[in-house]
Amino acid sequence: MSDNNRLGVFKTYKLYVGGKFPRSESGRVYEVTTKTSAAGTAGKGQWLANAPQSSRKDARDAVVAARKAFGGWSGATAYNRGQVLYRVAEMLEGRKEQFVREVAASEGLSKSKAAAAVDAAIDRWVWYAGWTDKIGQIAGGANPVAGPFFNLSTPEPTGVVAVLAPQKSSFLGLVSVIAPVIATGNTAVVIASADAPLPALSLGEVLATSDVPGGVVNILSGVTAEIAAPLAAHQDVNAIDLTGADAELAKELEIAAADNLKRVLRPQPVDTDGASDSEDWLASPGTHRLTAFLETKTVWHPTGALGAAGSSY
Amino acid sequence: MPTTAPAFADATASDSALRRFLFGLPGVDAVGLEARAASLGTRSIKTTAKAYAIDLAISMIDLTTLEGADTPGKVRALAAKAVNPDPTDRTTPRTAAVCVYPDMASTAAAAVAGSGVKVASVATAFPAGRAALDVKLADVRDAVAAGADEIDMVIDRGAFLSGRFLKVYEEILAVKAECGPARLKVIFETGELSTYDNIRRASWIGMLAGADFIKTSTGKVATNATPANTLLMLEAVRDFRAATGVQIGVKPAGGIRTTKDAVKFLVLVNETAGEDWLDPHWFRFGASSLLNDLLMQRQKLSTGRYSGPDYVTVD
Repeated sequence: MSDNNRLGVFKTYKLYVGGKFPRSESGRVYEVTTKTSAAGTAGKGQWLANAPQSSRKDARDAVVAARKAFGGWSGATAYNRGQVLYRVAEMLEGRKEQFVREVAASEGLSKSKAAAAVDAAIDRWVWYAGWTDKIGQIAGGANPVAGPFFNLSTPEPTGVVAVLAPQKSSFLGLVSVIAPVIATGNTAVVIASADAPLPALSLGEVLATSDVPGGVVNILSGVTAEIAAPLAAHQDVNAIDLTGADAELAKELEIAAADNLKRVLRPQPVDTDGASDSEDWLASPGTHRLTAFLETKTVWHPTGALGAAGSSY
Repeated sequence: MPTTAPAFADATASDSALRRFLFGLPGVDAVGLEARAASLGTRSIKTTAKAYAIDLAISMIDLTTLEGADTPGKVRALAAKAVNPDPTDRTTPRTAAVCVYPDMASTAAAAVAGSGVKVASVATAFPAGRAALDVKLADVRDAVAAGADEIDMVIDRGAFLSGRFLKVYEEILAVKAECGPARLKVIFETGELSTYDNIRRASWIGMLAGADFIKTSTGKVATNATPANTLLMLEAVRDFRAATGVQIGVKPAGGIRTTKDAVKFLVLVNETAGEDWLDPHWFRFGASSLLNDLLMQRQKLSTGRYSGPDYVTVD
C-alpha cells in the first residue's frame, strides 16, 4: 500500500471444492501469519489473512466432488490431460508475482529465494505435464509370456487420492505432490500446509481458470489432523499421500487407511528436526510419485493365427 | 371409504358444485408456503434422531423402476434390494414397496412374496394418462390381477387444466372401484399444474374421490416433488382428516436423492400433518437412488467412517 490514501482490498481466501470457492461448511476461519523469521520479531508473526478452517464435512464434500470428476478426468486422453496441465503452468506464469509474495511471506524467504521456488514449481508442473502420455510406456508394456498370447500391462489411475501437502514448502512442495497425482488421471483432495495455506488456496484460483475440470483438484485448509482422519478412514478414497503428516499422525492415518486397503504413500523422513520437509523439493523428483497411484491392468489375448503360423510373438 | 365423505357430500353433486367448492378453498400464499418449507428445512437432525430418521425413511421408500428398459431380471434385483437393502447389516429395515409398471407387477409380486414388501404398480396409461377411460380401467384391472397391492394412477391433467373437474373426480372414482382391496395413490403431476392453488384443488378432488394416498408427481417431468408442494399436500390431508376423520397418505416422488432431502421431508410431515403420518402406511417416498444414499449414511453412523458407492448396489 504505497499510496497512503488508498484503503487496501483484503482478500477472502476460500476453499476450492468441485470447481467452486466455498467457505468452510463450519464457518470457521483461522489466522495465517508470516513466518517469524520474516517478521523479524520473536513469537507470532504478522497477520496475513484469515484462511478457512475446514471440517470433516468439507472433506466429505470434497471427496464427493473428486469422485464425480474422476470419470471424465481419467477418461480424457493422456494427451489432453497434458495440454490442460501445461495450461496450468501458463496461468501460473502469469500470476508469478502474487505467488512469490505469498511464498516469501509464508515461508520467511527472501524475495529472490521465493522467486526461485516459484520458478521451480512452474517448471515442475510443465515437467509432469509432459509425463501424462509417457508414463504408460514406462509403467506398462508387453510382457513376454510362455504361451501363444499377447500379454499387455497398462497403468490406470487408482481413483480419488487424498494428499497431505508438505507443511514447510508451501508452493514448490505442494505442486510436487499434486501434479503427479492428477497427471496420471487421478483426482485429488489436497490438505494444504496448516501454517502456510495461502499459496495453495491461490493455486485453486489458477486451476479454476485453466481448463482443469471442477473437482479434479480440491483444496482444503485447516488443521491437518482434523481433515486427514476422516479422509484416511473414508471408504470412497482410494489412496492417501502422507507427505504432510508427522510420524505420529502418519501412523494413525496408515492404520485407518488399511480398512479399505487404500494405497498409502509414506515418504521416509530424512530430516526429523522439523525445520524442513522430509523431501528435498528442489531435487529431481523421478517418477515414484507418478507410479505410486496407479493400478496395473494386464490383458491376455490369444495370438490366434499369428501363433499358429509360427510367428515369434 | 365408499365414495365421498359425508361432510362434503354436496361438493361433488355436480360439475358446478365441485367448481364452487374448489374455488372456495382458501388461496395459497406462495411466498409464505415456500418460506415455511424452507425454514423447516433448516432443522438440524443429528445422532440418535438422525439414525431414527434414516431407518424411518428407508422403511417409507417405494423403491421404483419405471423405465422402458426394465427387464424381469432388473425387477427381481430391485425386489431383492427392497427386501434386504443392506446385506452387510441385517438390522436395516426393508422398504415399504417396490413400484413397477403393470406388466412387471407379477414378477415383482413373486419376488417379494412373503417378505412384507408391497407391490405398487403404476397404471392408467402412466405417465401421460392420455388414454380412454376403458383402457385405463383395464390397465388397473390388469395390475391388480397381477398381484399389485397398491395402484399409482395419474389424473387427467388435460381435463383438470381445462376446468372439467368432475371428469377428473369421476375418473378417480372409477379407478378406485376397480382397485378392490388395493390401495390407490393418485398422482397429480404437480409440475404440470402450474400453480399452488391448482395443487390444493387437485388434492381435494383426489381426497373427495376416495384416494388412499395423494402423490406429487410421476418423476418424468422437470419439476417433481419439492418441499413446498409436499407441504401443501400435507396441509390438505391434515385439513381433510380434521373435517372428515379420514386419514389419507402422502407420497412425494421424484427428485429426492439425498438423506438430507429425505430428512427435510420427514420434518415437514411431523410439523404439518403430525406424528400419525410418520409411518410407512401414511407417508412414502417415491425414489430409487435415495435408498443408496440412506444406506451410505447408515453405514457412516454405524462404523464412523464415510462410506462410498462401492459399498451399495449400482441400481
